[in-house]
Amino acid sequence: MSKCLWLWGLLFIALGFAWSITAERNPRTERISGSAGDVLEDDPVGRLKVYVYELPSKYNKKILQKDPRCLSHMFAAEIFMHRFLLSSPVRTLNPEEADWFYTPIYATCDLTPTGLPLPFKSPRMVRSAIQLISSSWPYWNRTEGADHFFVVPHDFGACFHYQEEKATERGILPILRRATLVQTFGQRNHVCLNEGSITIPPYAPPQKMQARQIPPDTPRSIFVYFRGLFYDVNNDPEGGYYARGARAAVWENFKSNPLFDISTEHPTTYYEDMQRAIFCLCPLGWAPWSPRLVEAVVFGCIPVIIADDIVLPFADAIPWEEIGVFVAEEDVPKLDKILTSIPPHVILRKQRLLANPSMKRAMLFPQPTPPGDAFHQILNGLARKLPHPKSVYLKPGEKILNWTAGPITDLKPW
Amino acid sequence: MKLSALQQSYLGRRSNSFRSSGPLDSSSDGAFKSPAAVFWLVLHGLSCLISLLLGFRFSRLVFLLLSTSSTYTSPFHSPTELAKTLDIRSVIPADPVGNVPLPFPNKTATNSRVVVGRHGIRIRPWPHPNPVEVMKAHRIIERVQTEQRLQFGVKDPRKIIVVTPTYVRTFQSLHLTGVMHSLMLVPYDLVWIVVEAGGVSNETASLIAKSGLRTIHVGFSQRMPNSWDERHKLETKMRLRGLRIVREKILDGIVIFADDSNMHSMELFDEIQNVKWFGAVSVGILANSANIDEMVVEKRGEEENPRMPVQGPACNVSNMLAGWHTFNTLPFAGKSAVYIDDRATVLPRKLEWSGFVLNSRLLWKDGDKPEWMKDIDTLDGDIESPLDLVKDPSVVEPLGSCGRRVLLWWLRVEARADSKFPPRWIIDPPLEITVPSKLTPWPDTPPELPSHEKPVIGIQEPIVKHTTKTRTSRSKRRSKRKHDETRTDRRTTGFDKTLQN
Repeated sequence: MSKCLWLWGLLFIALGFAWSITAERNPRTERISGSAGDVLEDDPVGRLKVYVYELPSKYNKKILQKDPRCLSHMFAAEIFMHRFLLSSPVRTLNPEEADWFYTPIYATCDLTPTGLPLPFKSPRMVRSAIQLISSSWPYWNRTEGADHFFVVPHDFGACFHYQEEKATERGILPILRRATLVQTFGQRNHVCLNEGSITIPPYAPPQKMQARQIPPDTPRSIFVYFRGLFYDVNNDPEGGYYARGARAAVWENFKSNPLFDISTEHPTTYYEDMQRAIFCLCPLGWAPWSPRLVEAVVFGCIPVIIADDIVLPFADAIPWEEIGVFVAEEDVPKLDKILTSIPPHVILRKQRLLANPSMKRAMLFPQPTPPGDAFHQILNGLARKLPHPKSVYLKPGEKILNWTAGPITDLKPW
Repeated sequence: MKLSALQQSYLGRRSNSFRSSGPLDSSSDGAFKSPAAVFWLVLHGLSCLISLLLGFRFSRLVFLLLSTSSTYTSPFHSPTELAKTLDIRSVIPADPVGNVPLPFPNKTATNSRVVVGRHGIRIRPWPHPNPVEVMKAHRIIERVQTEQRLQFGVKDPRKIIVVTPTYVRTFQSLHLTGVMHSLMLVPYDLVWIVVEAGGVSNETASLIAKSGLRTIHVGFSQRMPNSWDERHKLETKMRLRGLRIVREKILDGIVIFADDSNMHSMELFDEIQNVKWFGAVSVGILANSANIDEMVVEKRGEEENPRMPVQGPACNVSNMLAGWHTFNTLPFAGKSAVYIDDRATVLPRKLEWSGFVLNSRLLWKDGDKPEWMKDIDTLDGDIESPLDLVKDPSVVEPLGSCGRRVLLWWLRVEARADSKFPPRWIIDPPLEITVPSKLTPWPDTPPELPSHEKPVIGIQEPIVKHTTKTRTSRSKRRSKRKHDETRTDRRTTGFDKTLQN
């Protein structure tokens, strides 16, 4: 009897030892757990079911055919999300058992010759699509869209305008106010961010970034790195509007500082330089989000986020305060003091968190999609919102949304 | 990436972009219909015109005065100049922006403290780098790099034992300082064994003491002979003496031979950490040629491109050691230097010692070492090449991606045997006789003219292109020229004199 006990004890100890060795004790990385817990590696399959509406191709395929640039710009998440859902195991063909409903509209694909999306037709397009689904299927009217989700990666999300004043004037499109919005824009206490929205990173081409990796033992010798505009001379020549003056402040205060490698040039070694830098500035532009955050995370450069009240991608799954450095816009003149006063062990910890491969995976939209990437994080986010509270189901005949709200031009048919 | 920065910039106002029905749809808020808006528009236009005349932004002044007197209207339709302004870079110097209580526009819908509109560009009073911050940043960079080296660099780095034969001569300071600085940069533990021909001297000792490295300085009784052949033999003996020290002190690490005239790269020290027992690296040979013209003529006759010759291991396709690249001495047959004073090319040996590294355990008396290593006590006679230390040359490990990377360079530059140099390069006592040199293009007595005259004079003679410049600058300074005439005349004559010399 005692021999048996000893044997079991030894076995336990051996197992414990083996587990501790094989567990993630890698000194280079650290586990990431946000406010929702250690959820980056959750598997959404089996936790939710998504039904994809079959819309006529004028809402999606035809638009893409007209302009294939939509697949590579930073708003491409909506297209890739559609493609992912079509072939994903969470998709169900039976709408009765679906938890979430997805409407594939490519609202950000009306591009100017220079490649920027025009948002003027998007409200009408979304409206016409919702009219279609509410008349052809009963699921929209059941909840007035509360169990539907839409991907709106535009500058200010579903406010569908690129100028912040106009966007806040319009507010979120009235018929989308009950739906869950998956958007890149995130700012606290802003009209264009709904309570239950899921913020996602903007699309950045994964193959390009993977192809330009340099050996990890290349010493990081640049202290602060930034490439981009400081003054938008075409639209805001005096400064003060663009980036709320923050980018101009960065330039004026630190242009002569050798620690700050900042300029407006477009070097061919942009990705390689980011891998040789310790801090990468991610200031706001006309909108607070930018692909720089994704690039900084993928290349292991600590992001310095200069955007007041910004809500970063997957904010409940990723503890951004532990990973990046947040600087208030009014503290920009003291940026060098702030960055140099961070103790080295904190900097090393941030680098370890960034080196975690699940962190890098969560920021990217690769094709084909491995587990743990941005698509799966979106589904995890949707799964965390389940089950739907009983209150979202409307009584028959009850109407909450005002279908005729909004500017008169939005009501025109598309 | 290029797109995203541009996109962000154009995101704000796309009025320049190509649109068919866009602006009419979006901007019909009804603001153009009301008389108040029309009034504002007219006022705005008027102030624009006035600003054109005056040269600064008149409208700002007007609105500032208006805001102090009138009541505040709705936030979004009023001009956004009334938003929070802490503009330090104001155009009007007497702008009383700081004193005016700033009207805080309340966002109608939300309680966000982030305001849309014009913000000031905050610049601190002294926007230049603070040296304390710069030093802190450098310390952070150093810490990050050490961490990187720990994680991605060599695991368990071994100590490096450097054996250098040297002797006191004119070029010793030049060569030894180079090696010393390279060794000071090596991030691993180091022991430097310096074997000096002609006995230990203060010259060498003071030189290597500046390094701050752990050094073992021993003397070798013989003096350096004058012929290159003899020198190579003596150096071999000195290196063996160094190896004997390794054996005596039972030093543990990797032994590398750093001749004081060689140039080492930092990657060399990282690469040799990979050696197991006996390794070889490729050495680039920089055999300088005193007779350049002949070499050029010969090269034109040959078909191959003149590349730098490399000595080191040669591998076959499966990356196994197949042979050795050595220096081709045939073109130099009969023309190489024999004595140190010769102006001919100095040739390296067949295989230079500096291209070989060995594990110090091979030199220990006992301990487990492979049986192909000869005992260094038994060999005292002539060792032609380092391969004589091993019984079987095929055990040598090729390093530096199989000899494809050249990690150090061999060069022999020496002064004549009888050349003199001040001991420790200190001129003491100070030189007594100073011979004035008249070959300098500037005059001996410094002129007492304002500095802007100097470039006019300076570019008179050599550069003809700038004559137009001098003419215009001269014309501007006509008034000054009168009393400076005499001085310039003296100066130009001085110039002519110097040029004639």
